[in-house]
Formats: sequence, structure tokens, C-alpha cells
Amino acid sequence: MVKINGEKLDVAGKTIAEYLATTKYDPKRIAVERNGDIVPKAQYPDTVLEDGDSVEVVSFVGGG
Amino acid sequence: MRSLALWEVVNLIPTKEAWDVALKERHGEELQEKFSAATVAICGLGGLGSNIAVSLARAGIGKLILIDFDHVDISNLHRQQYKADQIGIYKTEALCENLKEVAPYVVIETHTVRITEDSAVELLKDADIICEAFDGAEAKAMLTNLVLEVMPKKYLVAASGMAGLGSANTIKTRKVTNKFYLCGDEVSDVKDGIGLVSSRVMLCAAHQAHIVLRILAEEYEV
Repeated sequence: MVKINGEKLDVAGKTIAEYLATTKYDPKRIAVERNGDIVPKAQYPDTVLEDGDSVEVVSFVGGG
Repeated sequence: MRSLALWEVVNLIPTKEAWDVALKERHGEELQEKFSAATVAICGLGGLGSNIAVSLARAGIGKLILIDFDHVDISNLHRQQYKADQIGIYKTEALCENLKEVAPYVVIETHTVRITEDSAVELLKDADIICEAFDGAEAKAMLTNLVLEVMPKKYLVAASGMAGLGSANTIKTRKVTNKFYLCGDEVSDVKDGIGLVSSRVMLCAAHQAHIVLRILAEEYEV
């Protein structure tokens, strides 16, 4: 299982890009952290989620 | 009231030495030396950035790098640190004037440009801590990814979710990674409801300024 934004999901083996494609996140408005480090956007298609990973998708909203 | 000549204004302002003594009495010598030695970049000088800048200048941060491409508009004045007679001038220029009135010895570097992926590294190279204070969600995400990917030694303090008249108590600071802090409620989008309200935007800006000061004090938890 992979913990994503606090929720345990059965997505081990998928890449971050594959996981994101199943969600409603706008790829232009997010940053992805995995096990304490930011994942470079160019590496989303190559980063495979592993069992036990802790991931957070930060999705920005407008205003400032 | 007649306008003052430059020498009269200069005479009314305490010396740099007196200013430093007052700040050291306030914060303690050790902490004030950390604040004075710091360079903080503020990306976007709207409701967040202009308020962050005022807090940090007053706290005695040594140098601020202020970046914004836009002019002061009448629609900004309900929440941003500008004055009615500054409408139409660049925000970098207007904020520099206003900061010098409240904290005359802060060193200010201004860049009247739009920050892009190509220009950011050069613009931000001297900053110890970078505040993301943009308006648009895509620009916020762009700068966040860029700083954390390309400038991994720097701290980034970003903001998301401060629009509307919702509770003040839902605005928080969260530590996402060792170098990335996020302030706001993370959900209140400017496109929903009544838009930005001065007090709630200032709360979020105060969260950003406060975690900057805590990082400089080596207090890394929120």
C-alpha cells in the first residue's frame, strides 16, 4: 500500500504519472512530495510508487 | 503641511546605530544578528508579498529582494500595503518607498519583471529564504517546483488558500518537506465566493513572515 495524502491506496507499481492520471489534480497546479523529498516534474513518468511509500500531492489554489 | 527638505527628513530619522540598538533590545543580540544577516526574496508584491515585506522589514531583516512586474491598481488598495497616491506606479517602486518610511535601513533590491523558469535562478541566487506570494495557482506551483528542484539548499515558504471571509483559525503553517513550508487553509480559492478579504490575506502573510523569522531563529517546527 502507498499512503497518499494520508489515505492508504493500492497503487504500488504504478508511476506517479499513472497515478495522477486517475485523479482530478490539475498537473499545472501541483507539487508532489515522496518520502520527504520533492519529485521533479520531469520524473513523474519514471518514478514508480513502492509499497510503504508516503506521498503528498500539494494542490495550489489561487489568491494572494 | 509643507513638504520637508531632504536634510530635515534625514535629521528626524534615528541613526542606523540607534536603530540597531533598539532592534537588539527587542529581539536579543544573537537573534537580531541572524535577522540582520539574512536575505529574503519575496516573489509577488500583492496582498501576501507587500504584507510579508512590511513584517520582515520591521523585524530588521537585513536585505529584501522584491520582485513584481505590475503596477499599483485601485483594486489592490483594500488589502495591499500601498497608498492612494501610488496608483499607477510599479509595486516594486511603491513598496520600496513605503518600507523605507517604516524601516529606513533595510537593504532593498527590486526587480520589476515577471519571474519565469528561465529567470528565477538568477533573480533568487542571493536569497536564503524565498517567499512565494503570487496570485495564480499555476505560478505558485511553477515557483514551488522550480525552487525545490533546482535550488534545494534554499527554504521556500509558499501560500495556498486565503480567500473569503472564512474563519481566521483555519489559516495554518504546515511543513511539507525540510525546506518547504506551506501557509493557508489550502482550499479557499479566489475564484469562489467574495474573493480576497484584507484581514484573512494579512493573516496568511503573517504566517509566512513568521515562519521566515522562525527558520532564521533555527526553530524549524511550525
